Amino acid sequence: MPFIPHTQDDIREMLATIGVPSIETLFDEIPAELRTGELRGIPDAMSEMEITRLMGDRAAQDAGALNFIGAGAYEHHIPAAVWQIATRGEFYSAYTPYQAEASQGTLQLIYEYQTMMTGLTGMDVSNASLYDGASALAEAVLMAVRVHRKSKSRRILVPTSVHPAYRATTHAIVDGQEIELVEVPFDPASGRVSLDTLKPYEGEDYTALVIQQPNFFGTLEEVDELTRWARANNVLVIAVVNPLTLALLTPPGEWGDDGVDIVCGDGQPLGAPLSSGGPYYGLMCCRQEHARQMPGRIVGRTVDADGKRGFVLTLQAREQHIRRSKATSNICTNQGLVVTASTIHMALLGPEGLERVAAASHANTQALVERVAALGVQPLFSGEHFHEVVFKLDRPAAGVLAKMAEQGVLGGYDLGQDYPDMADCLLVCATETKTGADLDAYVAALRTALA
Amino acid sequence: MSNVPSDLKYTKSHEWVRDNGDGTVTVGVTDHAQELLGDLVFVETPEAGTNLAAEESCAVVESVKAASDVYAPLAGEVVEGNELLADAPETVNNDAYGDGWLFKLRPENADDLNGLMDADAYNKLLEEEA
Repeated sequence: MPFIPHTQDDIREMLATIGVPSIETLFDEIPAELRTGELRGIPDAMSEMEITRLMGDRAAQDAGALNFIGAGAYEHHIPAAVWQIATRGEFYSAYTPYQAEASQGTLQLIYEYQTMMTGLTGMDVSNASLYDGASALAEAVLMAVRVHRKSKSRRILVPTSVHPAYRATTHAIVDGQEIELVEVPFDPASGRVSLDTLKPYEGEDYTALVIQQPNFFGTLEEVDELTRWARANNVLVIAVVNPLTLALLTPPGEWGDDGVDIVCGDGQPLGAPLSSGGPYYGLMCCRQEHARQMPGRIVGRTVDADGKRGFVLTLQAREQHIRRSKATSNICTNQGLVVTASTIHMALLGPEGLERVAAASHANTQALVERVAALGVQPLFSGEHFHEVVFKLDRPAAGVLAKMAEQGVLGGYDLGQDYPDMADCLLVCATETKTGADLDAYVAALRTALA
Repeated sequence: MSNVPSDLKYTKSHEWVRDNGDGTVTVGVTDHAQELLGDLVFVETPEAGTNLAAEESCAVVESVKAASDVYAPLAGEVVEGNELLADAPETVNNDAYGDGWLFKLRPENADDLNGLMDADAYNKLLEEEA
């Protein structure tokens, strides 16, 4: 399908037809004080040669180093076939299908993606994806408020062990909608939320509790008892998950006695490269009874007039292009290309492959914990961790990380950036990509940095 | 020609209201409205105990084509939502004035009923809109 932009002649002709002198006059009804005006601080246009040079320089800034940073984006091996297939002409679009049913191949792929996500999370329904994990959490909060009609408080319990960027994004999106995010502290010894830390919130009206598994510190939350607590207090549960870990951990559809209400998370660990922070994609699943309040698109399978299998967009009646300001959400799209790659990635690895990646990542992080113990460096929290762990140092982490970087090792994430009283703490991740020699290199770099 | 029973009251937004004679009224969408909407696939009714202002949007009827709001014809408190519709939304299509009712309301002021249209006035509205 060719894309043909308007020529100057087309534009002149269209304006003449409707009797308007210029495109600018179409916006006359917007008061001058509401207009953005000139964009400032935008540099001059660059040539292709200049921009290629600039992008190459920027990319080189974080290339080549041995990376032990996780903190929400994880380095995993992506089979070469994944992006080879994803960038075939038939798939290579960043966009949601707008003439949806004419794109049966794309719809089938999304349908397969949804099936994989419901399989991983143990939930009934998946949407076709959202932009990223952080905005998916904001959408999950908005959805919980729509779903839980008996709760009038519009207050959401959000532990501070949930990813700081997810919390910041959710604030940005929901604060203006009279929804209050109530910060729940984590237990400083175990590094996870405990029933004791939830005690003060018992017997009051809260709409939902957010549980991240594993949490930002890589620590495993006691998801069964937290989910039961929420049920007993008439609070919905929003699970934030790293989908890769679900190859090993109990899926949120089975937490507590009958599972959670909404699951969201970032799909990056399933086939998207780190790529300086994006694009990634957000995943969202829910229970069948909440499906009509789920934002985004859902692809369904049906049969045509001849009884042949076909794929369609379902539940569109509540989307923005039909329902305008009363739409379920202003999300009217899905993440196209990255989800395509991710679906291919999952298909290539299969359940067994994903399980091996998850297990190897866990084992590598465990091995790293054992090796740094020789330097007298210990995990801060007593809670069990998945493939990420907090090390407590005897000095500020920032200086140590700078010295490790000089030796070509990205030694972790400085937690003092988000938790001021944890400036001497380092969040470290060793995925399946790390060899024994890499772990030794980490220990050597840390030893030098601490010397 | 749609069915417009003479014993009911009507609104401009195509809801019907039946006076139950016990201080409550039953509300639904008219035969004309269900015809325009087409096959309903989902109905969301208000929770009992909800206080509604007149003309407040309080229920959603969703067909394969569109999701439309239903408005409270009178101010009052919701007594009951029709739970049958959760599993059988097509009841609104099949029996708009009977089993396809949406919710029951206890009006704040019973006299408000007199402010609604009777069958003749609603028929006239339908003719004008046609």
